[in-house]
This record gives sequence, C-alpha cells and structure tokens, in this order.
Amino acid sequence: MPDLFRKSIWLRLAKIDMKRFLYELGESWKIAVAQMRANMTRSTLTALGVIIGIVAVTLMGTAIGGISIGFDKSMAVLGDDVLYVTQWPWKVVDDWWNYRDRKKIKTEYAEMLNRMIEKTPNSNLIVAVPTSSVFRSIKYGGNQVDNVFVLGTTSDFIVTSTIDCKEGRFFSDMESRGGASVVVIGYDVADALFPSESPINKSVLINGQLFKVVGVNTRQGTFLGLFSWDSMVAMPLGAFNKYFSAKPDSDVRVKVKDKTKLADAKDELTGLMRRVRGLAPEKSDDFSINEQQAFKSTLDPVKNSIAVAGLFITGLSLFVGAIGIMNITFVSVKERTKEIGTRKALGARRRTILLQFLIESTALCLLGGFIGLSFAYVMCLGIGKAFPSFPIQFSVGLVVASMIVSVMTGLISGFAPAWTASRLDPVTALRYE
Amino acid sequence: METRDLTRPRGPIVIDIENITKDYVMGEETVRALRGVSLKIHRNEYIAIMGPSGSGKSTLMNMLGCLDTPTSGRYEFNGKNVAEMNDDELAAIRNREIGFVFQTFNLLPRSTSLRNVELPLIYAGIDPETREQRAAEVLADVGLGDRIHHKPNELSGGQRQRVAVARALVNRPSIILADEPTGNLDSKTGEEIMALFEDLYQRGNTIILVTHERDIAAHARRTVHLRDGLIESDHAGFIPEIDMATVG
Repeated sequence: MPDLFRKSIWLRLAKIDMKRFLYELGESWKIAVAQMRANMTRSTLTALGVIIGIVAVTLMGTAIGGISIGFDKSMAVLGDDVLYVTQWPWKVVDDWWNYRDRKKIKTEYAEMLNRMIEKTPNSNLIVAVPTSSVFRSIKYGGNQVDNVFVLGTTSDFIVTSTIDCKEGRFFSDMESRGGASVVVIGYDVADALFPSESPINKSVLINGQLFKVVGVNTRQGTFLGLFSWDSMVAMPLGAFNKYFSAKPDSDVRVKVKDKTKLADAKDELTGLMRRVRGLAPEKSDDFSINEQQAFKSTLDPVKNSIAVAGLFITGLSLFVGAIGIMNITFVSVKERTKEIGTRKALGARRRTILLQFLIESTALCLLGGFIGLSFAYVMCLGIGKAFPSFPIQFSVGLVVASMIVSVMTGLISGFAPAWTASRLDPVTALRYE
Repeated sequence: METRDLTRPRGPIVIDIENITKDYVMGEETVRALRGVSLKIHRNEYIAIMGPSGSGKSTLMNMLGCLDTPTSGRYEFNGKNVAEMNDDELAAIRNREIGFVFQTFNLLPRSTSLRNVELPLIYAGIDPETREQRAAEVLADVGLGDRIHHKPNELSGGQRQRVAVARALVNRPSIILADEPTGNLDSKTGEEIMALFEDLYQRGNTIILVTHERDIAAHARRTVHLRDGLIESDHAGFIPEIDMATVG
C-alpha cells in the first residue's frame, strides 16, 4: 500500500513536470518566433547559410538517388533471374591472360544446353538463349543511325529480358527458326529513323540488307552511357549469321526458374557447360557464368564513393551554415544576458534557458531548411525539365531527412551557446548592462 | 512615526538567517562582502535594508532573494534550508516564494504587460487559461486593468514598475524583494509606487525594500543598516535621528 501511494505521487509529480515542460516549450517557441521577427535582417542572413547548405545537400541527395535509380534501371535490363555464359567474367580481372585464350562462346551451345535442360528432371533452368551482336549503321530513307547494337537471337529472348514492345511485336518462333529478315528496333532508333511515321512494316537497311520492322520497344531511358535497349535492334539469329558472319560477340543467356535458388542454378549450368565443352574433371572452367548481382557488386563501390564524396563536400557548406547559427546564438545570448538573469530570478531553471536558446537556433535552422528544400525542389523541377534523361529523384524520404538534418544542425550548433546561457550566474547576469 | 505598526501581531518567521558570510574571490584577493549577518523576518513585515555602497547590501539582497548561496552560515526560508540547495531548487524557491522588483524594471521589451506578468506562472507550470486570468487580475489590482495589452515602450516609467510589481505578486510569493524600486522614477511617480507597496503591505504581504534613499526607507516599519558586511543597527520604524545619520 505505501508503495502504491508513493508510486501515485511520483506519477503526479511526473505529470506536473511534463506539463511544465510543455508550457516552457510553448513559451520558447513564441520567444523564438518573436526574436526572429525582431531581428529580421540578422535572422535572414544567418538562415541563408543554412539555406545554401540544405540546397546543396538536398540536390546532392537527389543526384545520388538519381544515379542509384539509373544504375538500377540499367541493371534491370540484365534481369535478375538470368545467367550469362561468357568468355570473360563481368568483373575486373588481374590475370587477363588466363581468359584471353579461352574458346569463344558459340551460339550452338544454346541448343545443346536446351536439350540437356529438357532431359534433366527438376531442372533449375528454363531455357538457354543465344545472342550474337555487332555494331552497325542502320538507314531508312534519308535518315541514318550509326553504331547501333545489332543483336541476333531467338524468339525465346523475350523471356530472358524485360523488353516490351510499344508498337508491333517481337519476332515469332517461326521467323526465328526460318531466319526471316525482320527486326525489332529500340525506341531511340525508331525515333531517329521514323520521326513522323510508324516504323511497323517499313524496311530498314542494315549492312546493305533490307529488314522489315515488326516491333518497336518501349522507351527505357539511357543513363551515364550504360547499356540501354533504346539504341539496339534485334533480329533472328539465322538472319544475323547470314549477313553478319564476321566475328560477332556471342553469349548464351539462361533463364532461371526460381531466382531464390540462383546459386543452385549456377552450379547446374556450370555442370552442363562443362559437358558442352567436354572438360575433364581436373580441368578448370574455361567459361564464365555471370549474373546481374556480380555486375552490381562491381558498380556499388563506385556508386557509394560518389555518394560519400558528394555528401561530404556539400555537407561542408551546411557546416559553415551551422557555424553561422552558432555565432548568432552566442550573440543573442550575450545581448540578452540581462533578460536571462531576469528569467532566472523569476524562476526559470537551467533547463528552461537551455531549451529556449536551443529552440531559437533550431527554429532558425528549420526555417532555413524549409526554404532551402523549397529552392531545391524548384531546381529539381528545372533540371528535370532541362535534362529529361537524368533520373531526378525528389522523395518524401529526402524531405524528411533534410528536415531532420536541419533540426540536428540547429540542436548541435545551438548547444554550446545555450549551455553557456543556462550556466550563467543570475546575480552576474542581472547586473550585466 | 515608528509607532505606527506596533499594534500588529507578529506573524510566523519567513526568513531566518544566522551568521552568514559571503566571500568573493577577485583575482588574488578575497573580498568579504558579508562577515556574519543574522536576521529574522516575520510574515507581513515591511523592512528596509539600508547601507552605503560596499556595505554588503546587494550581497545580502542576493542571499535573501536566493540568487546566490552564502559561503557559510544558516539560511532557512519557511523552515527549508536554502544554503545547501542546488540551482534548480533555488530557481523553484525564487519562482514560488519570492517576488522581485528591480530598479530597472527588467520587463521583456517585446512582450505585453500580460505576457510579462504571466512569465512566473509559466515557470510554475500553470495552465494557459489560469495564467492569463490571474495575470489580468493582478494587473487590475495594481491599477493597470486597461493596459494589459500594452508593451513596455507604450507605458510610462511608473506604469512599467507597476507591471513589474504585478509580475512579482502573481505567484503569491512569501516575500516581495524590491531593489531600489524608485531609483529610475521621478519623485512623484516614486511616491505612487511607494503607496502601492503600502497598500500591498496593508493587504498582508511581506516586503523587503533595499534602498539607500532615506525618503523611501521611511515607508518601512523596520530598518536594518549594514556597514562593512555587518548589521550596524536593526530597529523598528524609521527613526530620523538614527537613520538619517547613518546613511553614507
């Protein structure tokens, strides 16, 4: 019973204290706003530092978000459930001479793999698709596009890819087997060759041969020169081999049944490829099996260092802004020493004074942050308009993050002056003129 | 003159200080501002503390106002030992038990009378409605019922000091501690403020007046003289023969 009694007293005390804390908080906000209004010029100039800092940091954050999205978008082209059989691994190698003399990957492997996959019960693999590619010019009427990525493949290609047709269709199984002279063209290619008409059923000239356009891909967007479907054309492998026999680069891509079992699929594919190549057990693999993830892990460090370096440099400008806030809060404390003394005489505790000045610096930073964010938003819209290909990313997360950064800046830069104010001796403060 | 309060019964002791000293270290030197002062102040006393500058008058006022703690000695405020309190406990005592009136008014320049008077209530954790109501009441009490939304620069000196008195009263403190309350006012306005103090005293408040002006001190019912950190004399009323002579 006494315990219960004591508890309820503590609870009541805590309640009173909480209430007082809230009143003090409200009072501090009012003072902060009044101070800002009373010292308009000073507050504006000080906030300017924070505004610039927040604009810089936010824009950098947006750029980093954009870069990240661009990478991911380009990465999506590769597909996260597709394995790539290639001569060279998708990473930087120090022993290039070990790879140079490997046998080339042949398109026929795909058919051999498919036969083996069919015979394997519960195979983790679905289908193998051969791809061969060259760079060629492509013409229609008076228009020409150079260095187009020309891909020869089978109609199964569509299952291994995120490709979509905006108009028309991908070439069919029949066309694929027969090696028909048909092409599916990328968005940018279509845009350059057919600025004002539909490309479907028109014939384009590649390498002196006419190909009928059966489909146009949906726009994917390019980023930092990474690969994009927008600037490629795809045709049946039969036709490709007939007209582009000179040393094409060939790969085999294999669609995986369950992307959570990518490692198993990789092992299985390695086994199959060793059989295709007829490797004795003691020999090491003479091919590489790649996946999107491997590519990503080589790109991620690049992405991360851009992010760290960028945020560090822009963070410096915010730091300068924070020093401005700290300085002005020190000035404010000095100017209002007598007021602090009066408040202490009237019963303000250390915490109250600390809170008051912390809130002043925080309010200033929050205001700066808000204005800075608005500027950044407008600038993002502008950049988005001016460079549509750059993937701008202005997210809610970014807004919340920059507001948190503003508040933190206010708290950190205001702490030293606020602490000084809270520690002032009331007698000295009252006597201060 | 000295006989006018002898009919009043003495209330309980509010302030009880015994042999307090205060030393200040100034560089190499130690200044002994108070050298052992003992004083008892009862409820509803009206006491003037006088003394020339350097007498320890201000230091004693800071002690009484719980703005500072003594180097040694005992100080009990309403039976609570103040000498060993920390900053926040002292702040709470100042908030609830002491109403300060300063020579320079010390109002917040950008706040209205009402907001100025509300301030001690905010620190006491009183809710906004009660706060406003009580502040308005007290302002009306000191004759500023029609000035509650005025800012200090829209008020005369006497009105400002009235706002300060209202602020001192609003938390119903045990004592009102006025430090040269008329020092910045002309003599006519000063007399008005003194009349206000007289009124407060008649209504049962305890008033401690720190001053070096004889005319002002003459309003008190008890006079304490300090010299060189010691109490030189402490007697009822204001005795011109004694009090006029000792003020330096």
